[in-house]
Amino acid sequence: MHPSYMVTEVLNLLAASLLLISFAMLSRRRTQRLITLFAWQGLVLFASTLLVAYSSGLRELYYSAALTLLLKVIALPWILQRLIHRLGVQWDSETLVNIPTTMLVGLGLVIFAFGLAQPISRMATTITRNTIGIALAVIFLAFLMMITRRKAVTQVIGFLAMENGLFFAATSATYGMPMVIELGIALDLLIGFFILGIFFFQIREQFDSLDLSNMEALKED
Amino acid sequence: MMTGMTSAVAIHDLHFLLWLAAAWIALGFMGMLRPHTTRFIAHLLFPLGAILCLGVALLAGIFLATGHAPQMVILPLGLPNLPFHARLDTLTGFFLLLLGLAGAGISIFAAGYFRHGQGTPPGLLCLQYHVFLASMALVILADDAYFFMVAWETMALSSYFLVTSQHRIAEIRRAGFLYLLMAHVGALCILLSFGVLQGGRWQFTFDAMRGASLPPFWASAAFLLALLGFGAKAGLVPLHVWLPEAHPAAPSPVSAMMSGLMLSTAVYGMLRISFDLLHIRYWWWGVLVLGVGLFSALFGAIFATVQTDMKRLLAYSSIENIGVIFTGIGLAILFDASHLPLFAALALSAALIHSLNHSIFKSLLFLATGSVLHATNQRSLGKLGGLIRSMPWVATLALVGTLAIAGLPPLNGFVSEWLLLQSFLYTPQIPHAFLNMLIPLGAAVLALTAALAAYVMVKFYGVIFLGQHREPSLVNAHDADWLERIGLAWLALGCIAIGVMPQLALRAAGTVTGALLGQTVNLGSPFWWLAPIAPKQASYNGLLLLAGIVAVVSITFVVVRVLAHGRMRRTVPWDCGYPWQTSRMQDTAEGFGQPIRHIFGSFFGMERELPSPTDVAPRYRIHIEDRIWGVLYLPIARGVQRLADWVGLLQSGRLPIYLLYSFLTLIALLVFVL
Repeated sequence: MHPSYMVTEVLNLLAASLLLISFAMLSRRRTQRLITLFAWQGLVLFASTLLVAYSSGLRELYYSAALTLLLKVIALPWILQRLIHRLGVQWDSETLVNIPTTMLVGLGLVIFAFGLAQPISRMATTITRNTIGIALAVIFLAFLMMITRRKAVTQVIGFLAMENGLFFAATSATYGMPMVIELGIALDLLIGFFILGIFFFQIREQFDSLDLSNMEALKED
Repeated sequence: MMTGMTSAVAIHDLHFLLWLAAAWIALGFMGMLRPHTTRFIAHLLFPLGAILCLGVALLAGIFLATGHAPQMVILPLGLPNLPFHARLDTLTGFFLLLLGLAGAGISIFAAGYFRHGQGTPPGLLCLQYHVFLASMALVILADDAYFFMVAWETMALSSYFLVTSQHRIAEIRRAGFLYLLMAHVGALCILLSFGVLQGGRWQFTFDAMRGASLPPFWASAAFLLALLGFGAKAGLVPLHVWLPEAHPAAPSPVSAMMSGLMLSTAVYGMLRISFDLLHIRYWWWGVLVLGVGLFSALFGAIFATVQTDMKRLLAYSSIENIGVIFTGIGLAILFDASHLPLFAALALSAALIHSLNHSIFKSLLFLATGSVLHATNQRSLGKLGGLIRSMPWVATLALVGTLAIAGLPPLNGFVSEWLLLQSFLYTPQIPHAFLNMLIPLGAAVLALTAALAAYVMVKFYGVIFLGQHREPSLVNAHDADWLERIGLAWLALGCIAIGVMPQLALRAAGTVTGALLGQTVNLGSPFWWLAPIAPKQASYNGLLLLAGIVAVVSITFVVVRVLAHGRMRRTVPWDCGYPWQTSRMQDTAEGFGQPIRHIFGSFFGMERELPSPTDVAPRYRIHIEDRIWGVLYLPIARGVQRLADWVGLLQSGRLPIYLLYSFLTLIALLVFVL
């Protein structure tokens, strides 16, 4: 078999598993499970970036892959784990809106994302151009997850998952962003994450829970 | 700037003026060096600022007296490709003269006034004060829309901070906000007016605007926007609502500056746009301005009669005077559109001289209220009275201003009102039959206004300075200190000088009308005589009148002194048989205004609290409101509130909903791209 054909097939497989993980995140109730899924998502992202780097021979993408591994597979899930242990919310479960409905909306979003990606794919010259639709779908699904969740920690996981989708979209459309921007985003992510971690404690202090529905009380009438 | 100085000697007046404005700003920043040392600021910086004012007045006066050729300069300031342009012509010169003359008196008074320290540290006040002065000078000197708007906004902001210098009082913060709001609405209109005036060529220098011959529709649009914008700053009804709130809230020298000088910059702007930048004037513009002016004048005078706060009274009187000035402008536009340049020049001269007069006597009166306020801590007329005995200096100097603003000869207020009434006499020559019938009514309104203004001033002076002390603490009221006296005396001198030698003011105004209308009123008559159209029509000699008054008074004095007993006798006045009398039994401010309140009752929104006959501690209270609030402003406020409530529905307070908003926006935008 032709190697580039082989690479494309593996890439498509990885992209499909990303989408699968996104759907899985949409349906999980427990925070603990979500973190595991987030780490898996990062790992798949790492693998696909590595593959793209190998096939395109771009050295910068190796750095990107390494950064992904360090930040999204190891550092962030580890910090999140510690955080929920400290907060004692690892087995928190959420009452979700209605999982089948959410899934159906998610399906609609995936179709929309593919429709949206078509013109971009036609213009792109990368070997990964077929996966742009999936990347957009991952972004949408993460957003949908943020909308349907109520706990502060899961919001943050949704936010991080959305960033994963963006990163994947960048890799598949143009072989990643310039290194400087990528480093900048990685730093932003880390710092934003720290700030959110501090907010968790503040929110808990204020409301005795991390349920964001308490924040409705902040509205002035 | 330096290159211009060397290349052409003729334009050095403008450079000096710009440097003086820069020096004001520098003085302001020097105040920040030692912001809490009142001696340094009051006894050094404010008098220096007053000297700079005199410098401005002197330069402007020399310019008006000698060369009338406009001078222009491009400043090395502003944005790239959009430098500041400045220009000195006769209109600029006239208003700088006004600024300098009145500003000198106010600054020297402020040196004594701010010594006591107000809410804001004196150094900060010094900065705001001098930036305010400089920005007013720059508004007048600006020669492109960009520079004008920068200076205009600087003026609004610095005066806002001055108004709210005692910002710990909630009422003052509220007044300041209202002022800022109206100032910005006005500035927006002016900006739009300039946008129309550039006529699609995107050149924002005034020179380019002069060249843009706008079609009638757009010319009218620019004029109306300018009228709204400058009207809001000048306090024309119905855009006057900020004025009676902001003027009393500010410290007195600031009230004087705002009323005397800042309102004049609005008059300047109106004249600049309607007579200089617009190439044509339509008769109905004149009718509109005339109507608004007359209504403002009458409205201001009527409301002034019923005020019980001395600074609010003066603020309403400012509305009246601005109304009179705009009446003159309206007549000038009307005459000019009817191709009667001589009468247009007469009306415009009246408006200009009235601006000058107003800046002088209104500053004088506001400063006098400042001295009274410092001496007594009272602003309410109901708690003053009899101050002529404890404050003879302030009382005497305020009397000059009071007589001047009441329009009595031989003081300056008479001159401009006389000129304005003169120009009303020539309106039958306007070729519009309807207007010929209506405008005499305007003259009657103006005469009524003048009479009411005199009534207001009798009330103002009588209640504050005459009669008995209404509060026992007033016995200890101290007179103004020497710096304050100098400031008051300078302005009082101005009232007398212009009243006695109106020919000087008319000549200065003549240079302006000559440049704007190509016509001046008759200036060739003998120096002491004022005969604007022709000596046989009407003439006035202030000096002769003054001599007559002095002669009559001194003869009477001598006759009484020599022929009658010649001794002064102090005795209790006849008490109508009452067993005892208190100072509470004299006529009050409310009582004095009552007849007017009765006659013009439909003007006011009144709320009265009448005590019942059996009340042991009866209290009479009356609250008078502007009807304009209910008619115009409250509906707007309610509409905005309702709109805000609708927008508020979006804000549910639930985080997922907010996320949904951004998600839907994202989807919608993507669909749009698709």
